[in-house]
Amino acid sequence: MTSPAIVTKGMSRYFGDHKAVDGVDLNIPSGSIYGFLGPNGCGKSTSIRMLTGLLTPTRGSVKVLGYELPHQAEALRVRIGYMTQKFSLYADLTVRENLYFVGRIYNLSGKVLRARVDELMVLYHLEAIDKQLAGSLSGGQKQRLALAAATIHDPDLLFLDEPTSAVDPENRREFWERLFDLCGEGKTILVSTHYMDEAERCHGLAILENGIKRADGSPQALMQRMGANVIEIDGGNNQLRQLKNQLIARPEIISAAQLGTRLRVLVSSEVPQPLIYLSKQLGRDEQKAQRRLQQVRPSLEDVFVTCTGNRNEFSP
Amino acid sequence: MNFHHRIAAIVSKELHQLARDQMTFAMIVMIPLVQLLLFGYAINTDVRHLPAGLVNQSHSAYARLLANSVEATQVVQFHHHYTSVKAAEQAITRGEVRAVLILPQDFTERLAQGKTLGREQPPVNAMDRPEQRPAAQWLVDGSDTMITAAIRGLRNMPLDELVDREVYQPVPSFEMVPYFNPEQRNVVNIAPGLVAVILSMTMIMFTSASLVREREQGNMEFLITTPVRPLELMIGKIIPFVFVGLVQAGIVLALSHWVFRVPINGSLLTIGIATLLFIMASLVLGLLISIRAQTQLQAMQMTFFILLPSILLSGFMFPYEAMPVAAQWIAEVLPATHFVRTIRGVVLRDADLGDLMPDISWLIAFALLGLLLAALRFNKRLD
Ligand SMILES: Nc1ncnc2c1ncn2[C@@H]1O[C@H](COP(=O)(O)OP(=O)(O)OP(=O)(O)O)[C@@H](O)[C@H]1O
Ligand SMILES: [Mg+2]
Repeated sequence: MTSPAIVTKGMSRYFGDHKAVDGVDLNIPSGSIYGFLGPNGCGKSTSIRMLTGLLTPTRGSVKVLGYELPHQAEALRVRIGYMTQKFSLYADLTVRENLYFVGRIYNLSGKVLRARVDELMVLYHLEAIDKQLAGSLSGGQKQRLALAAATIHDPDLLFLDEPTSAVDPENRREFWERLFDLCGEGKTILVSTHYMDEAERCHGLAILENGIKRADGSPQALMQRMGANVIEIDGGNNQLRQLKNQLIARPEIISAAQLGTRLRVLVSSEVPQPLIYLSKQLGRDEQKAQRRLQQVRPSLEDVFVTCTGNRNEFSP
Repeated sequence: MNFHHRIAAIVSKELHQLARDQMTFAMIVMIPLVQLLLFGYAINTDVRHLPAGLVNQSHSAYARLLANSVEATQVVQFHHHYTSVKAAEQAITRGEVRAVLILPQDFTERLAQGKTLGREQPPVNAMDRPEQRPAAQWLVDGSDTMITAAIRGLRNMPLDELVDREVYQPVPSFEMVPYFNPEQRNVVNIAPGLVAVILSMTMIMFTSASLVREREQGNMEFLITTPVRPLELMIGKIIPFVFVGLVQAGIVLALSHWVFRVPINGSLLTIGIATLLFIMASLVLGLLISIRAQTQLQAMQMTFFILLPSILLSGFMFPYEAMPVAAQWIAEVLPATHFVRTIRGVVLRDADLGDLMPDISWLIAFALLGLLLAALRFNKRLD
């Protein structure tokens, strides 16, 4: 576990004038779960495609498991597994036929293949649906089948592109249990997501926006290093929206989001005493008396909002 | 070892998918079956029972006799009678009739002048009869040359019997012995050619859709991250359809033989080898289309782009020799042309592989080079 699984320097991919990924540096240690967090269109899939050797970077160097990409892509292929964002197994084959096909493509055969498929069937709860056509599976079932297929050849490195987007919370939790099992076996996992709770489970994280890496590190480090203080204003729910609009107009306020009867405000860390600063902003009227201010622990979402400079106009 | 293992994986995947696609499966059998019956029964260059009109300005008994004997040839049937030439012309324009026979007022006189109507005149008296005019006239919808030719055939109908003269029968300049198809039945020539047309159609269609479909449905992004090699993928995609093609060729030839009495003069082995080569060339052509096309619709259009010349220029429809040189060049490029020649040669004339070497080697070269090109052109990247 000494050498990193993925190292990139200035990895970029342009589509015409559009910079889908722009100068991303990564250093992902082996044996960890690493997350790409970012909104739609920020370049998560494009990055993963470059890391799997499917897209040629416009600029920059990419090294995965010691292979220089893209020209050593073929040698890398047997050591990685890739679960695409869109379901990419055959809709007109059954669950079992799909797994057999993928296994044979990865050179498994005979008893070994049969044993491996049976093992995966049990592991991913696919026995009951083994004769069902893959096209007719539910979102969660498709996802389990896709993960089984991506791991059939026991790869060292797994790429999962938004694996849980069509999955309920219960199944998502179970899915993450499986990821930690795989990680426990020494595999490196790179997973893209736009769910905060999933990102928080990762060992390391890169926050992407418009193709640019805004921040990276462990979720804890990101929260500590965040360039903002989080203050919740409670009470006096009338005119909370008006207050919000008033606050976000100020340059020191990074964002203000309403959570029920509370307003969660991110104040730039350049402001030395955020509580005092904020209470000054509340005005003088009798409503001020009802409002209580309290500094709270930052969440990953706060980190995300701060990094992306995205003034969060809506509650999650 | 790994090589054929992965090819086997792809072949078995394709077969599973094919077996599940019942419509395609049905079409594999229905296309050759129905097409052969259609071509065998419906396509007929013997023009019969054309709807025709009659303008009888003569009203003589001879006129009626003539009309009857014209109808007796079965080429035309007089559905309508018109009173004037103008009305008859309008009827042709309307599409009511294809041709109109006009019997003029002086029809009986013309006939009685001793003219041998329409027939080549006996050379002896040619100079003595300077003023000879045919007894009647045909107006024909000339847009369809086949119909015009049928009526033209009537032009030389002998009318001697009509006027009780001795029937004059000229001796032909040449005697003709039609080999291989003594009864001159169209289906004998069409059936082997139909093997080429049906195989072009289905084989190119199958493979041209296959890679694009995987791309469109998202399977390709997964497939190209696996260690599968382009050549393995290409071969794996072709093999299942080779059997499909052989089955189709078998259906056409067997039906032609038993239903339409088309002679199978060549050896089955030679037929099999030639057909196999053509099937592979066509499948490879489909693969090349599939690599080029971005969508299934594009693949379909490109298939038709190849298909029409394969049907029209390959010699299936019109004799190769009758085409202008430029069209012959195009035809030479198409595998179908070489196969039409080969299969007719083997089936009808019992030619052996040695006789057909130029065409056979062209099919081999096309299949091999095409396969190589397809494997090289297939990119395991998304960009
Ligand atoms: N083949 C392509 N041609 C042109 N533009 C592309 C192409 N692929 C991606 N893009 C653009 O690059 C940007 C990044 O796309 P990408 O698919 O990487 O986003 P993403 O982060 O995966 O988004 P999502 O969460 O919606 O999956 C988008 O603006 C997209 O429109
Ligand atoms: Mg994506």
